[in-house]
Amino acid sequence: MVSVALITVFVFMNGLPSMVEHGFMEFLLGDRWRPTNGLFGILPLVVGTLCVTGLALLIGVPTGVASAVFLSDILPKKPAAVFKFAIELLAGIPSVVYGFFGLIIIVPMVKRIFLPILQVFDPEATTTGFSIMAGGLVLAIMILPTVVGLSENAISAVPSDYREASLAIGANKRETAMRVLVPAAKSGILASIILGMGRAIGETMAVLLITGNVALLPGSILDPVATLTGTIALEMSYADAGHQQALFAVGIVLFCIIFILNIIARFVASRMGVGGK
Amino acid sequence: MQKENVFEIENLNLHYGAFQALIDVGIIIPRQRITALIGPSGCGKSTFIRTLNRMNDLIPSCRVEGKVMFDGEDIYDKACDVIALRKKVGMVFQRPNPFPKTVYENVVYGPKIHGEKNKDRLDEIVERTLKEVALWDEVKNRLNKSALGLSGGQQQRLCIARALAVGPEVVLMDEPTSALDPIATLKIEELMSGLCENYTIVIVTHNMQQAARISDFTAFFLNGVIVETDTTEKIFANPANTKTEEYITGRFG
Ligand SMILES: Nc1ncnc2c1ncn2[C@@H]1O[C@H](COP(=O)(O)OP(=O)(O)OP(=O)(O)O)[C@@H](O)[C@H]1O
Ligand SMILES: [Mg+2]
Repeated sequence: MVSVALITVFVFMNGLPSMVEHGFMEFLLGDRWRPTNGLFGILPLVVGTLCVTGLALLIGVPTGVASAVFLSDILPKKPAAVFKFAIELLAGIPSVVYGFFGLIIIVPMVKRIFLPILQVFDPEATTTGFSIMAGGLVLAIMILPTVVGLSENAISAVPSDYREASLAIGANKRETAMRVLVPAAKSGILASIILGMGRAIGETMAVLLITGNVALLPGSILDPVATLTGTIALEMSYADAGHQQALFAVGIVLFCIIFILNIIARFVASRMGVGGK
Repeated sequence: MQKENVFEIENLNLHYGAFQALIDVGIIIPRQRITALIGPSGCGKSTFIRTLNRMNDLIPSCRVEGKVMFDGEDIYDKACDVIALRKKVGMVFQRPNPFPKTVYENVVYGPKIHGEKNKDRLDEIVERTLKEVALWDEVKNRLNKSALGLSGGQQQRLCIARALAVGPEVVLMDEPTSALDPIATLKIEELMSGLCENYTIVIVTHNMQQAARISDFTAFFLNGVIVETDTTEKIFANPANTKTEEYITGRFG
């Protein structure tokens, strides 16, 4: 608790002056991040972070929840246990390995598989492979253990009375899972999503190898982006004093985004909780 | 013309792994009558009633042999469609188990699963079935409130309505009132005599008076065997087997 407070104070003390100096609005809404030229507009970083995180959730959450349903209610016990073990192993892999995996496998894959698909709609599209798509995919895999594990617990905890009632009325396993079990487990599933989101934002740094780190507003999901965390990590080592303070200001923004997302998630959770009672 | 008997069961043997829970069970369940299953705890009543809609399929260790004829077809035949069977043979459980959804959504759950989308027809089903279980007047103003806010007795009647909503021929009830207070129990008993004009009811009960009050036929189970089955009147007034007599007079079980 004390250390959290200390870190917060430290980050704000170092970052705030820079924000004030460059102008609050220019800092937040400026679309040019060129520290060497004294331009500190972090909008591209914010958008980059949200895009990569959002895509990761878009891919990771449905996959994770579907896997959880599969593991808890559709697969027989033994294969389910094997899969569960495999997913738990995913959680133990260091982030940098994911980054490396993304670099070697996902980035070329984006170029070879997703680019042709996008070109069907937009013949002009190009990509290097370093992109929102690549980052989102890798992050989606990273949050999978969190989402699957917690959702699976929540679904398994639904009283078997509900299962029986649904099956006895002639529903099959899939209908039972989708219409009864998932809704009944929604608060637990939502918790898994919130934690998954927290992990996704935190780990945007691990994907700094694959998002391209170009601080420009992206035009499509195959464009490269820079993230808040990635930028801090990359630039801190060579930043001069003014640049460093700006990076602390970036930290403040990251702090606020995580805070706001948490509040939104909690609000949604409580609304849904009340709605179901 | 429908057959007079809904179920005709012969030589039914059921094993849980190495343990035999039903031994050579044979019984006939007549249409639009109430058949009560009585017997001491652990004698296989629940096991038996769950063979009638194949809920035992859920238990991996469970093995069933013998004939369970429903409307002239063997439901343990490979060709039997379990979904269609469960639509025709509904079930109500010991503990009221409405879904954590609204009253309305609980009733339309089955019809929706089976493909009914028309809002007017769904509304009509909700009103009809809730009236059938004498719940309409109590809940008509709270159809869109959660079913978990109802009292235990109301919840159980809602569960009966939920089972009726898919238009079953048979309703299986496994101790449907044992979690309820006497007044709620009485309400459900009153309901049942009306329901058997349209449905066949099989009910498991531990309550001798209940079996005597509401059922037309009674089967007495003991250690996985049906000791005696006859009209309820005969079983309670003049049982053929001394074990039956000892049980209904409360000397064991
Ligand atoms: N899933 C199961 N696996 C193994 N044995 C079981 C299983 N379910 C029931 N049994 C056994 O089968 C026997 C019959 O159980 P059943 O639940 O049918 O009894 P019951 O007559 O319904 O009892 P009660 O009146 O207590 O509900 C019991 O000995 C019980 O231990
Ligand atoms: Mg029982």
